[in-house]
Amino acid sequence: MRNVYADNNATTRVAPEVVEEMLPYFSELYGNPSSMHYFGGQVEKKLIEAREKVASLLNCDPSEIIFTSCGTESDSTAIQGTVESYPYKKHIITTRVEHPAVLNLCRHLSKNGYKLTELAVDKKGCLDLSELENAIVDNTAIVSIMCANNETGVIFPIEEIGEIVKSKGAVFHCDAVQATGKIPLDMSKCAIDLLSLSGHKLHAPKGIGALYIRKGAKLTPFIIGGHQERGRRAGTENVPYIIGLGKASELAMKHIEDGNTRIKALRDRLEKELLRKCTNTRTNGDTEHRLPNTTNISFEFVEGEAILLMLSQKGIAASSGSACTSGSLEPSHVLRAMGIPFTFVHGSLRLSLSRYNNEEDIDYIIEHLPPIIERLREISPFGKD
Amino acid sequence: MWDYSEKVKDHFFNPRNVGEIKNPDGVGEVGSLACGDALKFMFKLDENKRIKEAKFKTFGCGSAIASASVLTEIVIGKTLEEADKITNKDLANHLDGLPQEKMHCSVMGREALEAAIADYRGIDIKKQLEGEVTCKCFGITDKEIERVIKENQLSTVAEVTHYTKAGGGCESCHPKIEDIISKVEGKVSKKPAPEKIPQKQKLTNIQKMKLIEETIEREIRPALRTDGGDIDLVDIEGNKVIVTLRGTCSSCPSSNFTLKGLVEGKLREFVSNDIEVMVET
Repeated sequence: MRNVYADNNATTRVAPEVVEEMLPYFSELYGNPSSMHYFGGQVEKKLIEAREKVASLLNCDPSEIIFTSCGTESDSTAIQGTVESYPYKKHIITTRVEHPAVLNLCRHLSKNGYKLTELAVDKKGCLDLSELENAIVDNTAIVSIMCANNETGVIFPIEEIGEIVKSKGAVFHCDAVQATGKIPLDMSKCAIDLLSLSGHKLHAPKGIGALYIRKGAKLTPFIIGGHQERGRRAGTENVPYIIGLGKASELAMKHIEDGNTRIKALRDRLEKELLRKCTNTRTNGDTEHRLPNTTNISFEFVEGEAILLMLSQKGIAASSGSACTSGSLEPSHVLRAMGIPFTFVHGSLRLSLSRYNNEEDIDYIIEHLPPIIERLREISPFGKD
Repeated sequence: MWDYSEKVKDHFFNPRNVGEIKNPDGVGEVGSLACGDALKFMFKLDENKRIKEAKFKTFGCGSAIASASVLTEIVIGKTLEEADKITNKDLANHLDGLPQEKMHCSVMGREALEAAIADYRGIDIKKQLEGEVTCKCFGITDKEIERVIKENQLSTVAEVTHYTKAGGGCESCHPKIEDIISKVEGKVSKKPAPEKIPQKQKLTNIQKMKLIEETIEREIRPALRTDGGDIDLVDIEGNKVIVTLRGTCSSCPSSNFTLKGLVEGKLREFVSNDIEVMVET
């Protein structure tokens, strides 16, 4: 049996080059970069290098990058730190399709004195920018809108959004956890004030993230203590992981072209063949503006968890927006926000590729998925007269 | 990933008795597409009034399919009086247990069995379990909750949610569920009884969704099909029901008449008189 990992929007394999780069910093070069001896000094140099690599992935200045423990910490730092810096502003804007790291935080704040606007999306998962423009008021502290959706891969026009938010005088935070490393991001061209990214989505390990903070942005620190990260995030630096994220960023830049050509072609072939082979099937989300590695397909009349279990038995790893897999009793908030019909929402399947996937993987999924759908439809009471 | 027993996996990967029976003696249907799981269970009796054949069709997750499969295995050979005594716990036990969060799948199996037996006996099962709707998100009544608490000796709200789905949506009914647990345990509710607010008979969202689905299936779709058309329910927002018309309906010059006359008319008649039907654009 073949193992095909097609759940790269959940997490990715740590690149072997990244592991290799990190290893010496556990037992040999274990100094604290703040120390005044040679042991710390050689580590500090490496941290500077890593920060430069992350900065060049975003085309920003290294001083604008702080390292965090994960994407969620970056999001929390950005949003909580901003609202604390503008205590007189009591309005937050986000979208109905954000990752829980942003959405649940905003909803939490809305129970604590903040007014929250959740922007709707259309059937394709796209925003109406005039709605955004109308929503921003003098009282708006922060607008938090993701770059690319983790479930559908739909990409929001962050350059245009940045211009709108800037012209209205609010702070723009962009959760780019899913987009970083998959599509080019250029902070010199975007009016983004804060941008979150996460290591384990781009072949660095879990437990490391970063936050871009535009020079001059007002941000109260989230973790208070020592002087690290120039006072913006206290705590001894997670040296090996920061070095790992640096290396992963360097590799991501090198592979971004491959991602938007070879991987995109693999995804397109996979999607096309599945739609051709299975009836009563649809893709979810705008296929024009979408991450090159992601496809979200719904199979009518079958339930997502059942598909995943059968795929898993064949060695294929994927994910679903069905209620039974979300850990709650409600299906994906993203697909519901897009108004995907009930008959499709429970049978959604997300396949997300990485540079470690190849043609044989795609052949294997195309061979094994359609019979699974057919089998489950035989068991289902719906769909046949 | 769920930690399913080998038996659950076996019944999921190799489900027994999938399909339908021609001229069944009893049919029970529970759940819906909107809720994410549904089960159609049917049986046929032999001359000694024992269940000789049982079949099922399930839309749902691994444990929903496994629970239905094991249900058919258990009931075959039993009289209806014996089948009456089967509880959701029996189903779960035959599967060597289900994850707590999936116990509602076993409850759905028991409900379908009960509905099928009631169908055979000509009893309206829905009337029997009528009561006050406690969980408005999933449309679960106090009577249903009370029964599952008793049968499974449940003592926390989280358990009730795992077994019935009640309380798994907006969570506003959690105090009511606590009261039901206390009542079953024979304790008096610690809190003073809330003031009774007279309520109009209003449908919960899930009840309304189900009713709309049912009305489309029963009253609207057959009529459209005779003309070679079809209809899909796209979404429900408050009183707005959004649909798409398919087949000959989609290009029919009188489709607007169909929409307002037939679809809206039927939905107003059977669901609520303020329903407004719109076509997805």
